[in-house]
Amino acid sequence: MAIKCGVFKTTYEEDSAIWQTKVSKFWIALLLIVLIAFPFVFQGSRYLLYVCNSVLIAVIAAIGLNILTGFTGQISLGHGAFMGVGAYASGYLMTHLGMPFIVCVVVAGCVTAIVGMIFGIPSLRLKGLYLAIATLAAQVILEFVFVRWRAVTGGSQGMLVPPAQIGGFAFDSDFKFYFLALAFTLMAVLIAKNIVRTKSGRAFMAIRDRYISAEIIGVPIFQYKLISFGISSFFAGVAGSLWAHYIGIITPEHFNVMISIQYLSMIIIGGLGSIYGSIMGAVFMTLLPEVLRLISGLFSNQYPILVNIFGAIREGIFGLVIILFLIFEPDGLAARWKTIQNYWKLWPFSY
Amino acid sequence: MESIIQSLISGIVVGSIYALIALGFVLIYKSTAVINFAQGELLMFGAYLCLTLVVVLKIPFWIAFVSTLIAAALVGLLLERLFLRPMIGEPAISIIMLTIGLASFLKGIIHVIWGSETLVYPSIFPTEPLNIGGIVVSQVYLYSVFFAVICLILFNVFFRFSRSGIAMRAVANDQQAAQSMGISIKKIFAIAWAIAAVVAGVGGILIGNINGVNASLGSFGLKVFPAVILGGLDSIPGAILGGFIIGILEALSGIYLDPVFEGGSKEVVPFIVLVVVLMIRPYGLFGTEEIEKV
Repeated sequence: MAIKCGVFKTTYEEDSAIWQTKVSKFWIALLLIVLIAFPFVFQGSRYLLYVCNSVLIAVIAAIGLNILTGFTGQISLGHGAFMGVGAYASGYLMTHLGMPFIVCVVVAGCVTAIVGMIFGIPSLRLKGLYLAIATLAAQVILEFVFVRWRAVTGGSQGMLVPPAQIGGFAFDSDFKFYFLALAFTLMAVLIAKNIVRTKSGRAFMAIRDRYISAEIIGVPIFQYKLISFGISSFFAGVAGSLWAHYIGIITPEHFNVMISIQYLSMIIIGGLGSIYGSIMGAVFMTLLPEVLRLISGLFSNQYPILVNIFGAIREGIFGLVIILFLIFEPDGLAARWKTIQNYWKLWPFSY
Repeated sequence: MESIIQSLISGIVVGSIYALIALGFVLIYKSTAVINFAQGELLMFGAYLCLTLVVVLKIPFWIAFVSTLIAAALVGLLLERLFLRPMIGEPAISIIMLTIGLASFLKGIIHVIWGSETLVYPSIFPTEPLNIGGIVVSQVYLYSVFFAVICLILFNVFFRFSRSGIAMRAVANDQQAAQSMGISIKKIFAIAWAIAAVVAGVGGILIGNINGVNASLGSFGLKVFPAVILGGLDSIPGAILGGFIIGILEALSGIYLDPVFEGGSKEVVPFIVLVVVLMIRPYGLFGTEEIEKV
């Protein structure tokens, strides 16, 4: 089993291959086995499984945002609301129209993609920060719709969503849902990996890197920007739909601007323009509050005063971690991971 | 009719405060090309600090007011030195994210120090409302507009005539050219943050006097975005006009649309107008159009 110790690629196909070496195949297989075995080992701990499910759903949505922001270069502050569109659409389809879960997820994804493309239209003329604020407008407008369109969304009281069900098998516990979420996450990763190495993916990156040059060499910018908004929102919609069927009751607060900001921080901390980066960022940002909760739980026995201000401390530390990350590792976790990999590739002869 | 005038007036008052905060945004953006998402938290800081000085330490309001502004300036300087300076040269999205992190960090600290319940300013301005030509206006409102206008004039004078003001405009225009003329860019960045913090502090104290002080003040930072973008990110007159437009729009939609939608349209209407305006004028009303070359 040869370990890769340099770059020996001679064709484009080799360069863009997902499985670069047999060794990487081995590690991925091992990771898969661990992921599948994991819930059986920790079957008793509902909390742990809950955290894992949140991570898996966050990964799907973060990958979606990374396609838009990381690969296409369009900053979006409305991703949380797009997730909400998927969640409400899926819930509505299931409870009011009685559609099966699989149809719900796909249709919810498509509905969200359409909504995302509509709110992507300003990208025709807007760039950079102006577009970021226009997507913030999308967030505010959609949130307003979630609260006010009571006939569909149930308003601020929320909407009850039945658990996911495929062919009579209900994913109604944390343990069962884990496998559903895992399957969807793996699919999302594979699809995203493949999207970014197709023609569209290359068009996205061309637009990000220098859109005028891209236009000159014949990339229809607006069309690809809209496609990017659509794909990104599709992922958000699927993630939102899964979240709705998992959590059982959805309210507008689940999809507020803080969530959008959190997703943005995930992909920035993970690494813009990197699928692995979105996974790492999603894992990191979902685990961070839980770890902080754990730590404060340990301290609160000795210092009961901490319980009252715990939320504030958590928020402060959350902000501080983002700041420190940006100052010390501006390219994200993915870049750090690459550096470590490259170091070991040639170890111990790293010169 | 009277209620319309009433709410128009309150729209103008809120608008003047928006204009003030928007001014802080534009200042930072103009000289450092950073959008500061933590502006709302700076505002909260000013409001809380002044309140504490007045209520707990029993310092007369005017002294408290001035010392709050000095403290705000110091905080602005500190934030710039600690967090923003290492980020010079990083892509815009990273810096935006940093200010978002900063917002969360500051909110956490403020929450730890002052708790989360709403605090109310003692009545600093005379409480009996004035009657101007049949329209009743509470004096707090008048003072707010008065302060806001004073600040806006002061800043205009500062940018036009003072040495640092002109230096800041030079940096905004062309960083390299400014640097080669002997202007220290670091110093300008620091001044920009200090001034933005002071402006936010004034806004916070005014808003605190009207609405009371609590954690929701931080959301003012987000509310001001439509004002800033509407006017154009790098235009000071644009920020002022945008502030008033958004304030008045909020007030009007409060009267005409809230009965239809059962409330809440105040938050949305400015954003809808914003998107429409941006589709027609992509750089806001007065923003400079970026001409890009390959």
